[in-house]
Amino acid sequence: MATRLSQLARTEERAAWLFLLPSLMLFLAFTAAPVIWAFLISFTHWDLFTAPHFAWLDNYVALANDPIFRQVLGNTGVFVAAAVPLEMVLGLVCALGLNRNIRGQTALRVVYFLPVVTSTVAAALVWAWLFNSNFGLINDALSLLGVADLPKWLASSRWAMPAVITVFVWQNLGYAMVLFLAGLQNIRPDVYEAAALDGATGWSRFWHITLPLLSPMTFFVLIISIISSFQVFDLVFVMTKAGPSNATNTLVYFIYQNGFVFYQMGYSSAAAMVLFLIVLVLTLIQYRLQDRWVHYG
Amino acid sequence: MAEPRPKPSAADWLVFALLLAGALLMCGPFLWMVSTSIKPAAEVFKFPPVLLTAAPQPQNYLRIFTTIPFGRAVLNSLVVAGCVTLIQLIVCSLAAYAFACLRFRGREILFLIYLSALMVPSQVTLIPNFILVRDLGWIDSYQGLILPYGFSSFGTFLLRQYMKTIPRELIEAARIDGAGHLQIYLRLILPLARPALGALAIFTFVAQWNNFLWPLITTTKPEMQVATVALATLQGQFNTDWPLLMTGSVIAIVPMLVVFALGNRAFISGITAGSFGGR
Repeated sequence: MATRLSQLARTEERAAWLFLLPSLMLFLAFTAAPVIWAFLISFTHWDLFTAPHFAWLDNYVALANDPIFRQVLGNTGVFVAAAVPLEMVLGLVCALGLNRNIRGQTALRVVYFLPVVTSTVAAALVWAWLFNSNFGLINDALSLLGVADLPKWLASSRWAMPAVITVFVWQNLGYAMVLFLAGLQNIRPDVYEAAALDGATGWSRFWHITLPLLSPMTFFVLIISIISSFQVFDLVFVMTKAGPSNATNTLVYFIYQNGFVFYQMGYSSAAAMVLFLIVLVLTLIQYRLQDRWVHYG
Repeated sequence: MAEPRPKPSAADWLVFALLLAGALLMCGPFLWMVSTSIKPAAEVFKFPPVLLTAAPQPQNYLRIFTTIPFGRAVLNSLVVAGCVTLIQLIVCSLAAYAFACLRFRGREILFLIYLSALMVPSQVTLIPNFILVRDLGWIDSYQGLILPYGFSSFGTFLLRQYMKTIPRELIEAARIDGAGHLQIYLRLILPLARPALGALAIFTFVAQWNNFLWPLITTTKPEMQVATVALATLQGQFNTDWPLLMTGSVIAIVPMLVVFALGNRAFISGITAGSFGGR
């Protein structure tokens, strides 16, 4: 009996590894090995055409002393700090509105979500046209409103970043909204009924019941939004090509530029490691914080 | 089942009006895209702007196909997104079945390793994958565009969570009837996991259709470009021909709107499943 059982267990084990084989091969080839490889490349000088040579920490030292990289980090910080709260607040407001007893809920939800499924390249093209400083609809509207000193938008180092942030928020707020909506619908109605008995209405209901019960979802949306905003690339590529004079150069664009425009694979990989580290640290910090301020309902 | 809805209050109507205004704002760029795409060249740079042309030029939509091989680019996008979706469904569901329904040594640790890949930004593996694909001679090839996306941690996680909800008794009963693991996977689990497979399919297809950075660096020939890359290239060549660029954008967006209209429930359930899964 015992041998028969272990025979069965062994068959099951062998079957399991056969089921896992395709995913293991693809995972090793295109994810696990490349992560290690990228780490190793970051310690070399390599232009792809000649053999790489080992460079100790040169790339990391160079990054630390590169004024453009410092600017890129600053730009990315500004981008994340502006885009994430805007996306989350607008997404939450829309979700709260859609969670009420109103007409056309499904249609409205779909409309707010459309930009999420839209190709970022195509969306960035139409927004570049809207923000065109000479013939764009936005400056047309501003001048009809009597604004004399029209912003140069994508051609201005002051206004290019706000323009890119606007488009990012427009494209992603529907994503936050859908998640918040799912979180809201997960709150049981009897919690509200009990609160109503205690006299909680309006704002106090929102602050003391909805928001705390929504916090696991808020936490999830926060992580996802921060990570995705750190990875902004398509928008920058199409709208500004990181210009004017690096005013919208962000981390992933910098990685792309050094790797595939300047062919400095080592330098680019070092910057990619910085991105990796940032994403990793953020995720870990937020996992720690989760216990402190997330209330599970 | 459906209760009669209570009448909306005054506050509900106000919220509705605000949401409607917001929805118009959200749609604005799409409307302007379509409006520009059918404009005669003479009206494009007019002030005050022509919101809706009196002389629509639907033939603008033919021009993009004769200017660049855009038809081929759209076809490439379809092939790549379709193949990636199919391969991911197979590869991820096979792995998910092992994680959800089979016992083997190292199951938990391997699952954790797969999951930790979710924390690796795709840009980190960009350069090594580019070098790998280049050394394999896969630049400008379908396999180079498709295979790196054949496995997804997210997809495996999503399917595994769903398969875990399938009652064990069903699997045990099938096993007593003499069904092997492959048969149980094919005849029992896959049909039962259809909602999760649908969500993953639609999610993957949309993500792949809109993918940009990887096809940008791994294609050099116009006939191997996907639609997003062709559009960006077009922008470089005709950066003031807005009707041409807008027709291209409309063509790149419409298939996703159709996919989303058909499967928006599945799509949204796929997104929210990821958020509840971690609890």
